[in-house]
Amino acid sequence: MSDAAIDTDAPDEAVVARSYLRAGHSLRSWLLTTDHKRIAILYLISITFFFMIGAGAAALIRLDLLTPQGDLLTNEGYNRAFSVHGIVMVWFFLIPSIPNVFGNFLIPLMIGARDMAFPRLNLLSWYIYMGSGLILLCVVFGGGVDTGWTFYTPLSSVYANGAVVAAIVAVFVSGFSSILTGLNFIVTIHKLRAPGMTWGRLPLFIWSHYATSVIFVLATPVLAITLLLVAAERLLGIGVFDPDLGGDPLLFQHLFWFYSHPAVYIMILPALGVVSELITAAAHKRIFGYWFVAYASIAIAVIGFFVWGHHMFVSGQSLYASAIFSLLSIAVAVPSAIKVYNWTATLYKGDIAIDAPLLFALSFIGLFVAGGLTGLMLAMLAIDVHVHDTYFVVAHFHYIMVGGSVTAFFGALHFWWPKITGRLYSEPLARIAAVIILVGFNVTFFPLFLMGYEGMPRRYHIYPPEFQLLQVIASGGAALLAVGYAMPLFYLGWSLVRGRRAPANPWGATGLEWTTSSPPPKHNFTRQPVVERGPYAYPLAHPASRDDG
Amino acid sequence: MMAGAPLWPQQASQHARSVDLLIASFGAMVWLLTIPVFVLMAWFAIRYRRGRTVNREHSPQSNVWIEASWSLIPFVLTLFFYVWATKLFLDIQSPPPEAVPVNVIAKQWMWKFEHQSGAREINELHVPAGRPIRLVMTSQDVIHSLYVPALRIKQDVVPGRYTSLWFTADRPGRYPLRCAEFCGTDHSVMGGALIVMRPSDFSAWLAQHQDGGADATLAARGERLFRKVGCSGCHAARSAVHAPSLDDLYGKPVPLSDGTTRIADEQYLHDAIMLPNKEVAAGYRPIMPSYGNLLDASEVGALVAYMKDREGEDSE
Amino acid sequence: MAEHATEPFHAVERQREANRFGMLIFLSSEFLLFGGIFAAAMALRLENPDGYRAAASHLRLGLGTANTAILLTSSLFAALAVEAVRGARPRRTALWLGGAALLGAGFLGIKGAEYAMEYREGLMPGTATAHFSGPAEQIFMNLYFAGTGLHALHVTIGIAVLLVAAALAHKGGERHAMLVGNAALYWHLVDIVWIFLYPTLYLAGVG
Repeated sequence: MSDAAIDTDAPDEAVVARSYLRAGHSLRSWLLTTDHKRIAILYLISITFFFMIGAGAAALIRLDLLTPQGDLLTNEGYNRAFSVHGIVMVWFFLIPSIPNVFGNFLIPLMIGARDMAFPRLNLLSWYIYMGSGLILLCVVFGGGVDTGWTFYTPLSSVYANGAVVAAIVAVFVSGFSSILTGLNFIVTIHKLRAPGMTWGRLPLFIWSHYATSVIFVLATPVLAITLLLVAAERLLGIGVFDPDLGGDPLLFQHLFWFYSHPAVYIMILPALGVVSELITAAAHKRIFGYWFVAYASIAIAVIGFFVWGHHMFVSGQSLYASAIFSLLSIAVAVPSAIKVYNWTATLYKGDIAIDAPLLFALSFIGLFVAGGLTGLMLAMLAIDVHVHDTYFVVAHFHYIMVGGSVTAFFGALHFWWPKITGRLYSEPLARIAAVIILVGFNVTFFPLFLMGYEGMPRRYHIYPPEFQLLQVIASGGAALLAVGYAMPLFYLGWSLVRGRRAPANPWGATGLEWTTSSPPPKHNFTRQPVVERGPYAYPLAHPASRDDG
Repeated sequence: MMAGAPLWPQQASQHARSVDLLIASFGAMVWLLTIPVFVLMAWFAIRYRRGRTVNREHSPQSNVWIEASWSLIPFVLTLFFYVWATKLFLDIQSPPPEAVPVNVIAKQWMWKFEHQSGAREINELHVPAGRPIRLVMTSQDVIHSLYVPALRIKQDVVPGRYTSLWFTADRPGRYPLRCAEFCGTDHSVMGGALIVMRPSDFSAWLAQHQDGGADATLAARGERLFRKVGCSGCHAARSAVHAPSLDDLYGKPVPLSDGTTRIADEQYLHDAIMLPNKEVAAGYRPIMPSYGNLLDASEVGALVAYMKDREGEDSE
Repeated sequence: MAEHATEPFHAVERQREANRFGMLIFLSSEFLLFGGIFAAAMALRLENPDGYRAAASHLRLGLGTANTAILLTSSLFAALAVEAVRGARPRRTALWLGGAALLGAGFLGIKGAEYAMEYREGLMPGTATAHFSGPAEQIFMNLYFAGTGLHALHVTIGIAVLLVAAALAHKGGERHAMLVGNAALYWHLVDIVWIFLYPTLYLAGVG
């Protein structure tokens, strides 16, 4: 990695003036931009908005669960709250979060390109996402939907009240945003790498996003057609999933989970890529076992297509199918474990700076491992029979999605904040936030494992009174977690106005994005980068730091 | 007053104890593999902190042997638990032949239990301790799921088909029974209890809860329906219509018109009554009318119980 | 006449490769869209083979076969259009593209006639006059309309794209050649999907 191509360690006026943030100030220049960096910021604003909607629903849920009778909401209201929470968080926050914000911003920079392969398609993806979001808002404020984010038939297709079809349309449309994003990423990574940037020199963030994009393109259409059939059943009374007409409700489950299991890998693979970057940058050392980690991402994506039946062990599916899905679900854990071991080995003999991004990365590893191991428990047939559809499962996937993906999102936000905005944030406040998030998260979700094993089913508005103590603890943890999530809004926002200006490479990290100014110019690099060294080629010739400039 | 949940959930069967042993052992192995990783991570982060003078020379870049070991060894260890868990799972899917069947019908938002003896219960199920019980379940509307945490068993209850669950509860007591598949508005209150009684107490209870009258048993109810809704019109030996004989049918293979053979289990009998042209018996025309609109799940259950009873009798 | 690459590409050859690659990825996702329909049809067929076959026999095999021939021929025309544009022969290109579009319209016409007949026979789900002999027939017809309807939508889009490419043939040049290539690829996908729909729906009723 040539770090002599551009010398922008000291931000000079000319470079700052050309920054992408200053290339046009009108609303039009933002809403009609084709600059991948500006599109990333548009996505950042939108997903933050949807995160707040999903978090609002979560707040209602946790408040309501303070008492066993659920005095805040009615049964119907509670059912709508958790359905909206799931739909918003899965499709309108988690799936776009890291790929559409950090993938969009960083992929061209990391490979040494000026933009994505299809810049206008990139903008179209955002508009499609916003359109689907608008439909979803109509659903939320028009009374909501009460089928759960999983839309099981025949409840969703025949029996449910609420805006089921509208919710389906919102999710259906959002899928196209995903497909186009994945398409853009794949072509960009194949065709726009800078001279010398061979596959073996790509940052692991790129490998993760490549694997994610394959899932985007191949799995999302199956969701689209499945939801289309549910809507048709609801509107036209056709009977593909309706047993009264000889249809098969299990067929829906197979089709739905064929997409939705790979979808959870869409939600975690980018996070795994982020953590590889955070660990190597903090340790100032090359990743241990680069090729193992790179291929592990591909393995997770491929094997992930063949495990969907583990959501259906008690559904009535064939026993042989269950046994096979169980075995494959254990296999898919192996590449994830490889990553965790390799990150640990990377820290060995490193030169470790303990800043907020590393704290987020270490939190991620702890919480992701807990989530992953409980996932292994769920893959065991006899155990799953007991804890399926209980709080145990809810705890498992929140450990991965929130403890994992959201933590990694915050890690990425802090790590690349200086590059994206050109400002430095308050390190002490960030470290405090990271710790509050870690503690708050565990207090919220660990009790759910206990409740689940005790037999507390999920999606219960009214619950047996013996669980109240643990529910209250969980709600208390949620309040703390909310504080932890709210803090960055303030100190990151503050840094935009009053933060110190960031040098090109405040962390002393490798990666082409750190060789250009903070923030980058509109076309990313003043000169075409030429790559001569491998990835993570520490030590750097001129290791810059936060205190430069 | 907030009473807490017990430290460990009640164990009402041998299976429950086996599952607990499985998860405890697996949990222990998992901790043994994980704690060293966490310890190492914390130790490295401290020992190799920037600014500390410590030997950083010759840090390894990659090592295929190490990678292979830490991938394969945990995987192989886990496989041991996979075999154990799968075996336990297959156990609960294979009821012993002497298991006593109980029909279960789930609907929004209640459970109906129908004993062979004719006793009917809503939301509560009384069973004798120490006897294997087989639940034959279907739903009248959406997918529900029958869950008894104390037994560590659960099974989705699906409309249009039968699913089944079996258990032997060995400790008398009252245990929660809950719906575990989201089924609409009152999902969270769709539950009740499994009441396990000493066998003598259970016989007494059963005697007290007969339906009364000549149609006490489920099979007797089924026989009454058989005549009432017209099955005997075609399926009796003296009938002018060419219809398959129903003698000694349950559990036997039935050749179908497409050349395949099906065993006449609950599902087959249910489909034959409700969706008769789905699988037509070989040599017969598809002329049987569907009873889908005439009979509910409980009545179909009674007819199936009657057909299990029929042995060699074909008179009215 | 080679054109310049547009942002962010430096070389036009690279951009051409990227466009083609992007189109192929898009088409693979389109194919998976139909995957759900094929999965549903297979599941239904396994569950109730007699009912499925009986229902499939109500489709008009002759018209379905004719449509298959029409679509295959139009795919051939599209391939010939690509040859013509590579040989820089705009008139010929436009003719082949127009021919493919015309055959596509013929396909839609026959499809529409089938739908009309099925409506009159009471086999169109969701309509007032629909009456089915049993649940298997109803579900089969549902899948038939869902699958062929979605396909017909894609045929319509394909025809529009072919016509646009034909209309712009006189311009020539790199960008137009790329458009013709992509239009032909899209048309081939439409054809391939039909090649799977035809046996799944029509041939199942034979014998």
